[in-house]
Amino acid sequence: MEHYNMNLTLKVWKQKNKNQQGHFETFQVKNISSEMSFLEMFDVLNEQLIAEGKEPIAFDHDCREGICGACSMHINGRAHGPWHHTTTCQLHMREYKDGDTIVVEPFRANAFPVIKDLVVDRSGFDRIIQAGGYISVNTGNAVDANALPIEKHDADEAFAAAACIGCGACVAACPNASAMLFTSAKVSHLALLPQGDPERSIRVENMIRQHDKEGFGGCTNIGACEAECPKGISLENIARLNREYIAATFRGGSKNSV
Amino acid sequence: MTLNSKIPSGSLESKWKTYKSTCKLVNPANKRQLEVIVIGTGLAGASAAASLGELGYKVKTFCFQDSPRRAHSIAAQGGINAAKNYQNDGDSTYRLFYDTVKGGDYRAREGNVYRLAEVSANIIDQCVAQGVPFAREYGGLLSNRSFGGTQVQRTFYAAGQTGQQLLIGAYQALERQVALGNVTQYSRHEMLEVVMVDGKARGIIARNLVTGELERHFGHAVLLCSGGYGNVFYLSTNAMGSNVTAAWKAHKKGAFFGNPCFTQIHPTCIPVSGDHQSKLTLMSESLRNDGRIWVPKKQGDNRKPNDIPEEERDYYLERRYPAFGNLVPRDVASRAAKERCDAGYGVGASKQAVYLDYASAIERYGKVEANKLGLENPSKEKITELGKGVVEAKYGNLFEMYEKITGENPYEVPMRIYPAVHYTMGGLWVDYELQTTVPGLYALGEANFSDHGANRLGASALMQGLADGYFVIPYTLGNNLADDIRTKAIPTDHPAFVAAEKEVSDRINKLMSIKGTESVESFHKRLGKIMWDKCGMARNEKGLKEAIEEIKALRKEFWSNVRIPGEINEFNPELDKANRVADFIELGELMCMDALNRNESCGGHFREEYQTEDGEAMRQDDKYMYVAAWEYKGESQFELHKEDLVYDVVHPTQRSYK
Ligand SMILES: Cc1cc2nc3c(=O)[nH]c(=O)nc-3n(C[C@H](O)[C@H](O)[C@H](O)COP(=O)(O)OP(=O)(O)OC[C@H]3O[C@@H](n4cnc5c(N)ncnc54)[C@H](O)[C@@H]3O)c2cc1C
Ligand code: SF4
Ligand code: FES
Repeated sequence: MEHYNMNLTLKVWKQKNKNQQGHFETFQVKNISSEMSFLEMFDVLNEQLIAEGKEPIAFDHDCREGICGACSMHINGRAHGPWHHTTTCQLHMREYKDGDTIVVEPFRANAFPVIKDLVVDRSGFDRIIQAGGYISVNTGNAVDANALPIEKHDADEAFAAAACIGCGACVAACPNASAMLFTSAKVSHLALLPQGDPERSIRVENMIRQHDKEGFGGCTNIGACEAECPKGISLENIARLNREYIAATFRGGSKNSV
Repeated sequence: MTLNSKIPSGSLESKWKTYKSTCKLVNPANKRQLEVIVIGTGLAGASAAASLGELGYKVKTFCFQDSPRRAHSIAAQGGINAAKNYQNDGDSTYRLFYDTVKGGDYRAREGNVYRLAEVSANIIDQCVAQGVPFAREYGGLLSNRSFGGTQVQRTFYAAGQTGQQLLIGAYQALERQVALGNVTQYSRHEMLEVVMVDGKARGIIARNLVTGELERHFGHAVLLCSGGYGNVFYLSTNAMGSNVTAAWKAHKKGAFFGNPCFTQIHPTCIPVSGDHQSKLTLMSESLRNDGRIWVPKKQGDNRKPNDIPEEERDYYLERRYPAFGNLVPRDVASRAAKERCDAGYGVGASKQAVYLDYASAIERYGKVEANKLGLENPSKEKITELGKGVVEAKYGNLFEMYEKITGENPYEVPMRIYPAVHYTMGGLWVDYELQTTVPGLYALGEANFSDHGANRLGASALMQGLADGYFVIPYTLGNNLADDIRTKAIPTDHPAFVAAEKEVSDRINKLMSIKGTESVESFHKRLGKIMWDKCGMARNEKGLKEAIEEIKALRKEFWSNVRIPGEINEFNPELDKANRVADFIELGELMCMDALNRNESCGGHFREEYQTEDGEAMRQDDKYMYVAAWEYKGESQFELHKEDLVYDVVHPTQRSYK
């Protein structure tokens, strides 16, 4: 792989806090190596800003390995940028060439208020999980792990749904700012396993209620979420969620749903 | 002060059982009056907080990320050990215990390690009940793999995302307790001080990272589950935010720091590509099961790897360690790579890398496949194609990650790898009950000096974090809080809270008022370079002494020339980082002192003066069979306390992998 350096123009969203108006600001960065990750390019920019006595750009990140779900940039109109199945932290600069202009915004959604610059508040996702994204089992109550064989196919499918990293790209990509892909991934993960069965009705009802309460939009089957999801969470999960929901309503809803 | 490890008496097998059946309990009504603060929501913190919430304690959790689910535990790839013996291959509690003590080069406590092995099986049961989707066989039962050169298959895994799945399981249990009102969770909060009342830890000062405000929180007990401190080296496989601050504040309030110099360097990571490098990415240890490691036989050989003929390659692990070959333990593999690179045989642009080659595995698997398919005289191309298919099924996600980062296709050219800082065995000293030397202050998970001695086995950190949180602390905390049921919640306008908050705000004001010229990042990089060069994979007396002086000078410079932009009362990641780097600098000095004190080579700690003629580590059991527990005595002053290690059951031997 040939390495090269490039100069770039960045148009980045700056916003002091939740209450103030934001705006785009233009920055130049020089000698960016094609081997850098996208966030390392931002590190360079921030060091440059600090040296100039300016404020660096705030962005969320932690693992830089594509697994924690913290990074969340909207790059040239796409959540996590152009690479398929890739988070912002795993996007590398060899995607770009000298002279390119890159526009970077936060994930946009009413339910994701901006905290500062590119940092948004995704705590709504925690509250959706609190509404039912778990199996009610206290520590110490478990039977032997192999007492309950689970068909490999079901286990693999549950795993595929559980691979969601809670990044919110699905919401940012969706014209309705719906979080149905995220919600359905958890509903599917637990519905596919026998351990999750006793609570399946109450779970799907309460999680959807919380989803709506948070201000996420409805799902109209556009599919942008699946296309931008870095973990390949499939639209199949939304279909499964819908089936679960209908079945729950058909059963007359759960007595315990709130 | 003499250190009391509080290991229960009796045989190894009976210690924990006896403890559990005789420890004091708190009745349910009293639990509701008892408040517990949990710092950290990784495997250790989330599992502890969920379990304590279930028991009825009033719990508060804190993490600096925007959600508990993003704790660094999420990044663990390979798996979690448990002595289930599902494979009927001779595993047992004793064998897991023995492997852990030996792997740790005889620097861990027998009693603790045995308990860890004992509860390991319960962890898997608990996780499966929560819905953790471990890998399964076609028959529907759980699948296992071998890991880190052990002779049994005891590692449970969920593809290359085991940490993620375990953490999400614990996180969900935690969120359930939040919904039930037993736990209150504080995300984007950083604990910056321990509050001491009458010699006991009774609360914390935390900074709300969104608004910058300082908050006071009371707790009858404080649990530190704040993870490891590998980022003292700047570059490591840890997440960017991982830090020592919580543990360091506790240390300065009286908690002893155990074996700070014990650091694990993982042999297979993607090498540094330039000065811009911000972190290093681990390539799972499982890659060594099939890959072959080599460097050219000629120094400074600049040919492309595929142009170097077989006879001009040095498969140095196979050459030096014929019995274990590429599967030697992490510390041995790491040092061997460094030795070759230092001697001028390194590869790649930086010359700080060795090859991990899959060509022969592809050919081997290809031939097997061709046989299975009954192909006669398959072409070389066909064999390669079939072989690649097998390798992709086993390691596809890792190969893809390598390609994303380096832009090179590892199916065609050998991967370049180099060792990187990965895990810290050292941490806050704790007794059998996980209590530090400060009453009421506990440490769990990677934050404590733990059960791994001088070197941790692969897939054992996840096990330890969950053992501490799910199965140990619920008992040991109760045993201590039973004496505290009459203590009313202390109002946070108590002078101790006021004073602690003032300490924190003074320090922040001081940092912000320096207005120097050098960024926090730059100081962190400089510290990392000192640590890596002089307290890294190989250490010696001269280098360590120099490092101590250099770190002292760096600290002075930091406190007079650091530049932190922005303001205190706002979202200010540079200020967060400055708080952490200031603590890393102090810790770095202590690590060097500890490494200097330990005149032996053991596990991850390699002192060049203590090696055999052919470069293997030499322990000095007669002098250093102890835990070094350091007490903070003021700036740059630390007093050493020794906890002697007694081996009643296992007989220490010199490790050999030849
Ligand atoms: C890339 C990688 C792969 C690994 N793979 C494996 C593996 O396959 N098997 C294995 O057994 N081990 C593995 N490990 C090791 C293992 O993942 C860790 O040791 C373990 O997860 C640590 O868990 P923990 O709960 O102690 O801490 P962490 O998960 O690091 O959590 C720390 C928590 O503390 C919080 N925190 C820290 N400081 C503060 C503060 N001041 N205030 C408030 N909150 C704070 C953080 O927000 C976070 O919630 C791996 C490690 C790495 C880096
Ligand atoms: S479904 Fe995909 S895009 Fe949405 S939160 Fe999960 S991982 Fe991110
Ligand atoms: S920083 Fe963790 S997924 Fe990008």
